[in-house]
Amino acid sequence: MDQPAMKHLLSIADLDRGELEDLLHLAGEFAEVLERPIPKVPTLRGKTVATVFFEASTRTRLSFERAAKALSADVMTFAPGTSSVIKGESLKDTALTIRATGADLLVVRHEAVGAAARVASWLDCPVINGGDGAHQHPTQALLDSLTIRQRFGKLDGLRIGIVGDVRNSRVARSDIDAFTLLGANVTLIAPPTLLPRDLEGFPVSISHSLDEVIADLDIVYLLRIQMERGSGPGLPSLPEYVSRYGIDRGRLERMSPDAVVMHPGPINRGVEIAAYVADDPRALILDQVRNGVAVRMAVLFRLLGAS
Amino acid sequence: MKYELVIRNGLVLTPDGAQATDLAISDHAILAVGGSFDGAEEFDAHGAWVGPGLVDLHAHFREPGQEWKEDIRSGSEAAAAGGYTAVVAMPNTQPAVDSGHIARLIRDRSRQVGLCEIIPAGAITMAREGAVLSHLDELWEAGVRVFTDDGDSVSDTGLLRVAMEYLTERGAVIAQHAEDRSLAAGGHMHEGSLSSRLGMKGIPAEAEEVVVTRDLALTRLTGCRYHVQHVSSARTVQLVSASKAAGLPVTAEVTPHHLAFDDAAVGTLDPSFKMYPPLRSATDRDELRAALASGLIDAVATDHAPHSAFETEVPFEEAPRGVIGLETSAAAVLTYCHLDQVSFFDRLSVTPARIGQIDRHGRLVAPGEPANLTVIAPDEEWTVDAFRSKAENSPFRSLTLAGRVRATVFEGRLVHALVT
Repeated sequence: MDQPAMKHLLSIADLDRGELEDLLHLAGEFAEVLERPIPKVPTLRGKTVATVFFEASTRTRLSFERAAKALSADVMTFAPGTSSVIKGESLKDTALTIRATGADLLVVRHEAVGAAARVASWLDCPVINGGDGAHQHPTQALLDSLTIRQRFGKLDGLRIGIVGDVRNSRVARSDIDAFTLLGANVTLIAPPTLLPRDLEGFPVSISHSLDEVIADLDIVYLLRIQMERGSGPGLPSLPEYVSRYGIDRGRLERMSPDAVVMHPGPINRGVEIAAYVADDPRALILDQVRNGVAVRMAVLFRLLGAS
Repeated sequence: MKYELVIRNGLVLTPDGAQATDLAISDHAILAVGGSFDGAEEFDAHGAWVGPGLVDLHAHFREPGQEWKEDIRSGSEAAAAGGYTAVVAMPNTQPAVDSGHIARLIRDRSRQVGLCEIIPAGAITMAREGAVLSHLDELWEAGVRVFTDDGDSVSDTGLLRVAMEYLTERGAVIAQHAEDRSLAAGGHMHEGSLSSRLGMKGIPAEAEEVVVTRDLALTRLTGCRYHVQHVSSARTVQLVSASKAAGLPVTAEVTPHHLAFDDAAVGTLDPSFKMYPPLRSATDRDELRAALASGLIDAVATDHAPHSAFETEVPFEEAPRGVIGLETSAAAVLTYCHLDQVSFFDRLSVTPARIGQIDRHGRLVAPGEPANLTVIAPDEEWTVDAFRSKAENSPFRSLTLAGRVRATVFEGRLVHALVT
């Protein structure tokens, strides 16, 4: 490639199509490594990856740790509840301390927009954004793109509907960037209060009715409805949301026969996705999780493997 | 006879216009403008503007209560370096300025330091909690003329009406940080395309406009003088303009950073661009510049808001509100608004002194007037790199600006001077 090597992975918007496809290609190869009897390669032996998660996570942290170990790197785990953060240590000093302890790369998840980028500006090592507020979650977009490529061969021309709380979703923002960069047509499907306030800069179409567009979609990508917020600001009530935007047996039947359902997890069975749908072969939810390890191996390899 | 201080070769702003001349100072006063003087101390202005010392209607000096951010000494040094001779200090100290003794404490500390005059603004409500009126009479007698719960709007319309009715008789001014709490809740930047892309909750300009609209109605109802703090939106300017045309006693201020930047700067996610109200669109910024030039916006106010490094070494959304401004204000206004000498000193000295009822400041240069003066080279370029303030949270850091404060005279003494 003509461009300088990738230093960090902070946002899908920082990548061009070539870099994105390179990561997906590499992830496909690592997916095969993970199928071997001994799913481990010595590539990053001697390197240390620190997972620095200020927010709860199951999938992302576990799959980063599994990915690092599959590449033979060592893993350090930081959790704010047991650290000096509760003594008032600033993010900058926390990051410098983790680096000084011997981390060669930090994976940062934080509830604030731009946290990983701030950390990257303070450190002399690669930083991966493991999710920053409602801004970006680039490795989620990579694993979603890989899952779609495995199923459909390519994203060009696919019609992808992203359903739900786009306004507060870093998954949606990353996926919109990745899917459109790879040539898909994206429709956001939600009530106005769950869409971004200003859609300038989003190359998408909009619908307020899942029923009007569902038959035309190749992929119905459901976002998690944030149960911990109750009906929350922006919705009159959860049952009303489910009746207009949830996927049940009836809506599954109206989808095109080749169409699939995706969800970044954690799923709320019976809320945005009926239990029946979650277990249907057309739901790719566990493929997405499985691919999370492979894409994170690809990103770690690109950022740490060259040296 | 020898004067205490002589300023040579200034372009001096007198009541009759600008004159290239010298002036002589003794006993806290300007004794002569034009003539041949000897001074015990002399300062050569090399043709720079000489005008009344700048007056800031809006600064946070953090004393008492948060002296790690700033105190009255460091804040006074920053003011002097920025050409300011009088500063209205906001009441969001800890404790808040809601009683006479706290206002007197700030005045006394300011006199001990002796680098500029600091006049405390008084809170409208006790502890700025919006529930119970503060000790308005005590505050007035302690010298308070500007009343505000700055940082928060008084949201209880009935309570604000009472405060305005009560203070009308005194001749005080109510200054409002206009921000509807529920519309702004959780927001960190202007609501627009960038906030949508970043996934950050925005604050619409309407959060300011609905409060100003309500307050202008109360101004009509009570006749109280009303001042809009740090106007950020073009529609707020229109609201103020219409009320002025209707004869209401309304004034407005704008900050240097709202004149210089727009919300695109937040794309850096540098907390030095985090302030309330937030930086708005380029259209708003251009309207603010035009309104300051035309006088629709009456005054520049810094909203100097110091924070320590450890507080700003965090993600944007977690950073505290506000940026410093005293040392860069004059330069920023000259760089981004290109005011002539008369308009410059009107918006940064004469009019703010009138709004704040600060008697010894904001007076054009003439014999017999108090010797509170600023010397500014309007075209001199310099790069912002160090501060007298304890804080460094400036959006102008490392920018090159045109317009440099060369000297500040406070009560006849040279309290800041750059030697060439």
